[in-house]
Order: sequence, then structure tokens, then C-alpha cells
Amino acid sequence: MTSSLKIAALVFVAAIVQVSMLAPHAVVYGGTPDVLLVTLVCVALLRGSIAGAVAGFAGGLIVDIATLGTLGVTALLLTVAGYWAGRYGETTGRDRAHAVPLAVAVITILVAFGGLGLHYMLGEEVSARRALVTTLLPAVALNVLVAWPVIRLCRVLLRTRGGADRTREVELGV
Amino acid sequence: MGIHFCGFPPCATSQRRRQAPVHSCFVPRNRTARTAVLGVSVRRPAAGQLPTRSRAALRRRAVVGGLVVLALALVTISFRDPSSGPAGAIQDAGVAILNPFEVAGNRVARPFRDAYGWFDSLFNARSDAKKLRKENEQIRQQLIQNEFAANELQQLKELLAFKEGPSFPKDYNALTASVVNRPSSAFAQSVVVSAGSCDGVEKDAPVVTAQGLVGLVTRTTCHASRVTLLTDESSAVSALDVKTDAAGVVMHASGAGSTLVLSFVAKEDKVEVGDTIATAGWRTKNLSSLYPKGIAIGKVTSVGQSDTDLYKHVQVQPFADFTSIDAVIVLVRKTVP
Repeated sequence: MTSSLKIAALVFVAAIVQVSMLAPHAVVYGGTPDVLLVTLVCVALLRGSIAGAVAGFAGGLIVDIATLGTLGVTALLLTVAGYWAGRYGETTGRDRAHAVPLAVAVITILVAFGGLGLHYMLGEEVSARRALVTTLLPAVALNVLVAWPVIRLCRVLLRTRGGADRTREVELGV
Repeated sequence: MGIHFCGFPPCATSQRRRQAPVHSCFVPRNRTARTAVLGVSVRRPAAGQLPTRSRAALRRRAVVGGLVVLALALVTISFRDPSSGPAGAIQDAGVAILNPFEVAGNRVARPFRDAYGWFDSLFNARSDAKKLRKENEQIRQQLIQNEFAANELQQLKELLAFKEGPSFPKDYNALTASVVNRPSSAFAQSVVVSAGSCDGVEKDAPVVTAQGLVGLVTRTTCHASRVTLLTDESSAVSALDVKTDAAGVVMHASGAGSTLVLSFVAKEDKVEVGDTIATAGWRTKNLSSLYPKGIAIGKVTSVGQSDTDLYKHVQVQPFADFTSIDAVIVLVRKTVP
């Protein structure tokens, strides 16, 4: 229960930071770091796919509400992203040092493509060049950079008794 | 431990081996690797109860599926009726709740943003200055070009008005030409215009602007002509005072810039300061003036005479500004059919 509250607080703060502090202002070489996405990936890697999916849905919903966008678009994207990150953490990503930056980079790219497709399907004006060429590479680099402090923070905050901070979901059958 | 015929380890105890038939010594299907290797018997779960792994996977899929469906439902509702309806109400309430947090976040972030902006502007100041200097230079060039264009337009408008006005000589056609070359030194009081013999320009054709007489064509090529200005030492135009009909010859006053003099005005003729001097346009039986009658030349600025001189000293300020001529009209005599 405490862990769930911690995750909720973490995601809420990350969403508020993303919406009010970073998104309009911290533009570096055309890209903006996505702290919410990085936090979500870290939570999912540490706590599994269900926690990742729920956190993604909640964080995405906060972003959709705060930005007065189409409700559910970001929630859908981040739900799938959180679930995927969680599954990766439960299976092949376990005990791998590069799991966090790899997951963050791949999910950043996939979310960009998914967002573009979703907005296109909703008939909104989107620039594929801007979303996939101009801003994507800097965003990937910034997210990977941001991932190091965020995963450390998440590990500290979500540490359980006995030091087991990893997901226990996986059972590898022979 | 020998290998059992069914491919699995034998039963744990010899007693059970004896009591149980061979076909009953089976290993459960949901065995683990540990079971397979060590032969630990695991009781099979009761029928109808799913294993833990399956339950977890099912729960996981149900949660994710439910969330995805919920998100899609939200997208649909929000897309169908974005401002009003349940989606709008949710967003209104959500914004009201989130707004204080966003304001607080902004306040917290402002010093950091300002510091970032300060450093960013510091780093970019040099390149910005260079870029702005270049831009400023381009704008200045553009402004100069625009001013030139505006001046040229104004002159062309004046030329057009002159051409269509009553003072334009009736037996001449107007040929508008732009000045392509200016006097390079004080010794060559001439300009080159962009109309030549191929356009109908002839030697000795008068050249005017809307303000007045400029000079005379002294040389022509196919597409350009040289116009010798009134300020040239060799220029001489028979002229008269429009008000008093006092006749004379307009020439350049040596060493006096663009000021002209009206020479050979008899002492008994009356000329006053402010009178307008125009071309005389005389004609005899065999000869005629090169200039048509009535083209304005300038205004009298001073009149003087001495007892020893035969003529008056009349200074004339030309109407045309010889230093800034951009376009002229070459007067081409109409051919008599």
C-alpha cells in the first residue's frame, strides 16, 4: 500500500514537473526531456508491468487534463509504454545494467511514433518531420541522461524491506 | 539412480515402487526443472484452479486490457465532445485541481529557468550579435534599395505627368530612359541613358525631366546615348524670360557648380529676380533651334549690370537637379508622314 502511494506521488510530481516546468521551457537542441516517461519506465522496471501500466495511465491522464488535450491519448500511450517496460524488466531486462537507458531510449522512440500515429488518426495537425526528425534524437539523448538520476531516486523511494527492489513477477520455466 | 523407462526418475522409495504399478509412477505435467532433476514430487493442483503463473498473467492482461479500453473510451468521448459533456467536465475539474500545483511548479522553476536563460543568452550572445549585425546590414541594404525605388517611382510619375501635361511640346514624342551612368569627374558633365538609336534617339535630341531642361544628346549607340548636361562648358541654349520676353543664351557659369548664366541680354531688356527662363525655340527659314519652345530651364536668382559691359549679368538656378537624375525623357521629333 505504501509502495503504491509512493508510486502515485512519484508519478504525480513527475507529471506536474513535466507539464509546468519542462515542457514549454527546457528545450535543448530542439528536444525536451520527458521526466514523466523516464519515471514511468523506471517504476515499471522496478515494480513490474501492472504497476507500470497503471502509473502510465494515471500520469498520461494528468498530462491530458493539464494540457487540455484529447483526453486519453497520452494515457493510452503511457499505459502501453509502462506495460512494455514492465514486461521487459520482468523478463529479458532483469539484472542488466543497460536495461534502464535501453528501455528509456526505445520507449521514447516508440512513444514518438505511437503519438504521431494516434494524433494522425484523430485528424490533428502533426508534423512528422518535427516529431520524428527534429526533436526525437535530442529527446532520446536527454531522456537517457535524465534516466540516471531518476532511476536512483526511484530505487531509493521504492526500496522495500530486505532490499528487494526488483520485480518478483518472473518465473523462467525450463 | 538409473533411468526409468518412462524417461523420468523412479519413485522416491522402494516401498512405493513395489506397491504402485509402473504406469502409476508419473511426474506431474506442471513440473519445474527442480522437480525434473531431483525427483521431488509435487502435488498436482486441484482441478479448476489455475497455477500461480497463469493467474498472474491473466491478472496482468486484464489490468492492461482494461486500462487500454478505458483510455480508448476516454479518447472517443473526448474526441466526440471535447468541450462539453463528461470529458469536458472531467477536464474542468482536473484543471481546477491541478492548477495550484502547476502554479507552484512554475514558481519553483522560475529561478532555474531564469538562470538557464541567462547562461543560455550569455553563450549565445556572440553568435546572436553576429547574426543581428548581418541582419541589420541586410535590412539597411533593403532600405536603401527601397528608397532608391521610391525616388525612381516619384521621378517616373513626374515624368509621366510632364509628358501628359500642357507644357510638353506637341511635335515631339517622349522616350523615357533611365540614367545608367553618371559623370565620373567634374570635366565630363554628361550622363549615359538607356535609350539609343535603335530606340529612335537621334543626335542633338533634347533631354528633359519633369522639372525642366537637362541637356542634349551628343552621342548615340544602338541601346545607349550620352547626354551632355546644361552644366557642361560646351552647352548653350537660346532662352528667354517667360515674363518679359528678354532673350539670351543660357550657358554654364564657370566655377559655380550647377548655376547657369543667361548671357547676351541687352541692358535695355527687363529681367527680374524670380523670373522663369525657358527655351526660346526660334526658327528661321533654313535653321531652327535644337530645343522646342517653352521648356523650363530655371529661375533667375540675380540680375546685375555695369556701365562698361554691353549686357546684363543674369544668374539662373536650373530647375533640374543635375546631381540626382535617375530617369529622363528624350524628346524625339515626330516624323512627318
